Amino acid sequence: MTDKFLSIEGIAKRYPAKAGGSVAVFEDLWLTMERGAFTCIIGHSGCGKTTVLNIVAGLDEPSEGTVIMDGQEIAGPSLDRAVIFQSHALLPWRTVLGNVAYAVTSKWRSWSKDQVRKQAQIYIDLVGLTGAEHKRPSELSGGMKQRVGIARALAIQPKMMLMDEPFSALDALTRGTLQDEVRRICQETGQTTFMITHDVDEAIYLADRIVLMTNGPGAVVAEIVENPLPRERKRIDLHKHALYYPLRNHIIDFLVTRSRTFTQVTPHHDPRAVPVVRPSPSPPASVPGAVQHHSQRESDGVLDGAERPDGGAPQNRDRASLAGSRLSGAP
Amino acid sequence: MSLSLSWRAAVVSLLLLSLFLLSWHLATRGIGTAQQMSPEYARLMGATATQGKSAMPGPIDVGAKLWELLRNPFYDKGPNDKGIGIQLAFSIARVGAGYLLAVMVAIPIGFLIGMSPLMSRALDPFIQILKPVSPLAWMPLALYTIKDSSISGIFVIFICSLWPMLINTAFGVASVRKEWLNVAKTLEVGTFRRAFTVILPAAAPTIVTGMRISIGIAWLVIVAAEMLVGGTGIGYFVWNEWNNLSITNVIIAILVIGVVGMLLDQGLARVQRLVTFPE
Repeated sequence: MTDKFLSIEGIAKRYPAKAGGSVAVFEDLWLTMERGAFTCIIGHSGCGKTTVLNIVAGLDEPSEGTVIMDGQEIAGPSLDRAVIFQSHALLPWRTVLGNVAYAVTSKWRSWSKDQVRKQAQIYIDLVGLTGAEHKRPSELSGGMKQRVGIARALAIQPKMMLMDEPFSALDALTRGTLQDEVRRICQETGQTTFMITHDVDEAIYLADRIVLMTNGPGAVVAEIVENPLPRERKRIDLHKHALYYPLRNHIIDFLVTRSRTFTQVTPHHDPRAVPVVRPSPSPPASVPGAVQHHSQRESDGVLDGAERPDGGAPQNRDRASLAGSRLSGAP
Repeated sequence: MSLSLSWRAAVVSLLLLSLFLLSWHLATRGIGTAQQMSPEYARLMGATATQGKSAMPGPIDVGAKLWELLRNPFYDKGPNDKGIGIQLAFSIARVGAGYLLAVMVAIPIGFLIGMSPLMSRALDPFIQILKPVSPLAWMPLALYTIKDSSISGIFVIFICSLWPMLINTAFGVASVRKEWLNVAKTLEVGTFRRAFTVILPAAAPTIVTGMRISIGIAWLVIVAAEMLVGGTGIGYFVWNEWNNLSITNVIIAILVIGVVGMLLDQGLARVQRLVTFPE
């Protein structure tokens, strides 16, 4: 559990303001991700979640702070981190095979055409596009295009997969199928994934941990919600699980009100010790502490306090009860 | 609707052509009356005065002359009497040479401008000032420095076809979609590979549009340039026939220039279809 595969350390992004000075999209943002974990970041548009992802991808630079992946500081884009873009970003003059092969040849320069083709074919088959290899992106539906995007990202066998609202442009049915595919692939391959979304159900279905971000400017990571649903969850009975609604309500509650008021309500929020929340199996009660709560204090070397449900500092206990009462519906 | 649109358009085109040829024929058939004059005086006068014939040739005259010229397009009877095929070949060769030189200069510089905001700003004033200059204004300078009329013609073609290609290439390169460039970035594609595998195919439709505009301008300018430098070429042919007062040949030259210009444009239109990608 102490495996900090990816560590975002105090990054900030500022833009020069019109009236002089600068506007910070976010300041002093800390976040860690474990190897093989599926992390979703959720928040309103403008909170800077895409900027966070772009910084992790190396496409954007933080004004301050650094990101470390697998013991190395991130300096620019890398083949270790594959990005799946919202707009699929396929090269329209290349076929499906050509698009995937382009990524493969970029990773393995010395490979023969045959090797490249084989590798590309494996991932085209994996995303279920067998038979469409020679079609151009314009001949594909939105869902199929995004499948190519996923195949292209996976084909380079990245250490980490970054997805920027990958399914937001798709219709609900296609989105569901693709979510199933992504979940299957990530579980089969143990792919570490970081995804941006604004779809609560998508986050609940896919993510192991859901990072809640407050509204920008000056956005902060308010809390990290651990997904209490079993790892072997299925879409069909997802909503029947006892913890589904507590979890869902908690996130929606955050998005509707707390994302707006969080910074005022919690003035002493420590960005380096973001509370980790895990909705409990008991039905919502008016008792504070309906959610187990523990802090993620890297500075103490205590990353996960599952054994210490009360948390360390009194500050954390306050937050736990606050979150708990929110969850139970009492103000 | 019994016929497809293109067939109906063709029928209308043919009708318009016949109407035009008929009115041309009627207008030039012969107007005035022949004046009475002494035969010696009549020999000095043109057919307009002696026979009441129009000085403007009719479509039948032009057709007959065209047939004659096209039957033997490559004869060469000295500097002032060459077949129309030879004259055209000279013009096409000059346009081809100047145009290819312009391609070789404009596309790399266009890439540079499109990829580097610094170079874009640094070169902008030069382009803005040189672009609106009529290519013929360069002619004296070219003649003085190059000291060869034929090469000066090529230079003028070069300078006039440069700008549309340069500007279109720079624009096409600069407006390649950010997401495609990001794909190349995340795949750690180097600058050269990115230029050839992402930017070139993405900007190709815009670049070829510029090339198409350029070939059109080059073909317009070659006629004027050859009228100035003389010697050979279809432009010189036009001017020479004007000096011969052969309106028939001038009309034929107009027709031929139009057809060749159309063929050049169609050739590039075909290239454009090849590089255009549907999205």
